[in-house]
Amino acid sequence: MNGAEFVSLSLPPIVIGVLVAVTCALPGNFLLLRRQALIGDAISHVVLPGIVVGFLLTGAVATWPMLLGASVAAIAAVVLIEAIRRLGQIEAGAAMGVVFTTLFAGGVLLLEQSDTSSVHLDVEHALYGNLESLIWLEATGWSSLADPAALAGLPPELFRIAGAAGLVALLLAVFWRPLKIATFDENYAAALGLPVTAISLGLVIVSAIAAVAAFDAVGSIIVIAMFICPPATARLLTDRLGAQVAWSVALAAIAAVAGFVLAGYGPLWLGGSDAVSAAGMIATVSGVLLGLAALVGPHRRPLAAQP
Amino acid sequence: MAAELQLAAAEGRRVAPGDAETAAFAVRGMTVSYGPKPAVFSVDMTVPEGSMTAVIGPNGAGKSTLLKAALGLQTPLAGRATAFGQPVTDVRDRIAYVPQRASVDWGFPTRVIDVVAMGLYREMGLLGRFGARLKARAADAIARVGMAEFADRQIGQLSGGQQQRVFLARALAQDADLYLLDEPFAGVDAATEKAIIAVLKELKARGKTVVAVHHDLSTVTEYFDRVVLLNVRKIAEGAVGEAFTADTLRAAYGGRLAAADLPGAVHAI
Ligand SMILES: Nc1ncnc2c1ncn2[C@@H]1O[C@H](COP(=O)(O)OP(=O)(O)OP(=O)(O)O)[C@@H](O)[C@H]1O
Ligand SMILES: [Mg+2]
Repeated sequence: MNGAEFVSLSLPPIVIGVLVAVTCALPGNFLLLRRQALIGDAISHVVLPGIVVGFLLTGAVATWPMLLGASVAAIAAVVLIEAIRRLGQIEAGAAMGVVFTTLFAGGVLLLEQSDTSSVHLDVEHALYGNLESLIWLEATGWSSLADPAALAGLPPELFRIAGAAGLVALLLAVFWRPLKIATFDENYAAALGLPVTAISLGLVIVSAIAAVAAFDAVGSIIVIAMFICPPATARLLTDRLGAQVAWSVALAAIAAVAGFVLAGYGPLWLGGSDAVSAAGMIATVSGVLLGLAALVGPHRRPLAAQP
Repeated sequence: MAAELQLAAAEGRRVAPGDAETAAFAVRGMTVSYGPKPAVFSVDMTVPEGSMTAVIGPNGAGKSTLLKAALGLQTPLAGRATAFGQPVTDVRDRIAYVPQRASVDWGFPTRVIDVVAMGLYREMGLLGRFGARLKARAADAIARVGMAEFADRQIGQLSGGQQQRVFLARALAQDADLYLLDEPFAGVDAATEKAIIAVLKELKARGKTVVAVHHDLSTVTEYFDRVVLLNVRKIAEGAVGEAFTADTLRAAYGGRLAAADLPGAVHAI
């Protein structure tokens, strides 16, 4: 593969994959410490019905209404989960189960009751996305990176996920202290006067935004994997929160790059002929990294220690 | 006024009830419920400034719940709490809370110094610097509980007693005037208990007010000058000499108390 081919066919999906992985891994660190890591799973279940509703309301197969529908559904779901958890005083996992099965079922009913045969709601696409198709035809080589006309032809998913990544990173940096205190000791945080309910809601809403942006680019498998695997792996490598978040970002990026390369070339190396799904391979690599860390990581004990 | 109340408390005299205006900490009509039955029912308590008060009662009596509701961590059905004559929510800078140690996950990836620095959050704010002055305050708080050599330890690697000291240090770092502690002696050995009580007595000597949920009836008289006996309702309140009697204990604990635990027996030992 020459430079021009790489820049136009591989660079955009790699950059998008890295941004997706990092955007999900960042809030994933806090979800993991709050034992809410499955919220990524919950969100991905309600994204599909959200897209259907977005379509039904606007009647158009357009990106923004569908993304909006997905976001509204995701945010509604996480708010509901938080509300049930706090008002019903039940465990987070149970609250998630109730909400996402209900919303998912509602979405399926809506889909059945309405005429959506004209929409291409492909389950495989929703799961694995199509990272490989996010290419940059306008690129003619590395020099295109400095050419505004060519840059305008980059896949729009790239800009959306970059925006989401920036937003998530900024919010995390600004609210780092209250988020850390409220995650470690919610009672103490509340006694300090911190708005713990708003913090916890803010975290799940940011996670919902990350999940929808990631889903838009690459489907839900990677979203679920990236919320959990890089933070859980990082947790095994360090016992400082800052270092954990930094590690999770690095691991997410490594999984994205390695997964993309392996998906493209791995089967060829093994004598096969077809490439496999990049999103699936990225999720697999992140899982393998977690397994490795669980076997040899220096801080294996704390994860097992439940209060 | 404060000095007078302190004197009254020290002498074990009764402080006039209903003086929420001047009390360091006062709870009125506090009723909290998690389900159909209230966990705390219509509790009044008044804590004079400069006193050390033990909140005593059997497991499930609502001691933790009372503190949480007073601090606004749990929404009460009725009742209010004041500190220094103002609603608790308006004087958070002057209040330090030490939650029950078991209420957090000590596997959390952080060090002793970071936990203690949480006590300085109200001064640091979102993005303020954790500068030399604040670092010195955190280090001082850690030293006061005898944990200086552990400042950089990951908190999961501490013993239960050391974790309890870290929680106390975090409260000390706040430099508050009122300290509300939930079972500061739970699961600590004799040496740590001595260290903690020394710190609390030093706070009292500096005119600070200490309220602690306490379980060990044999040390109440030695450590505290006032008690509140609780079992959903308030059973008794006052100077240790008056309110901490065999009768009030029996009323609070029912049949669950061995005769040897009663104050008379304790004094006889
Ligand atoms: N989050 C909660 N949800 C439901 N019930 C609760 C909750 N917290 C406490 N309770 C119940 O409220 C009552 C009072 O509990 P609380 O923790 O205040 O007691 P306590 O006096 O602090 O007990 P202990 O000495 O065991 O710490 C108990 O019956 C308890 O089961
Ligand atoms: Mg308790």
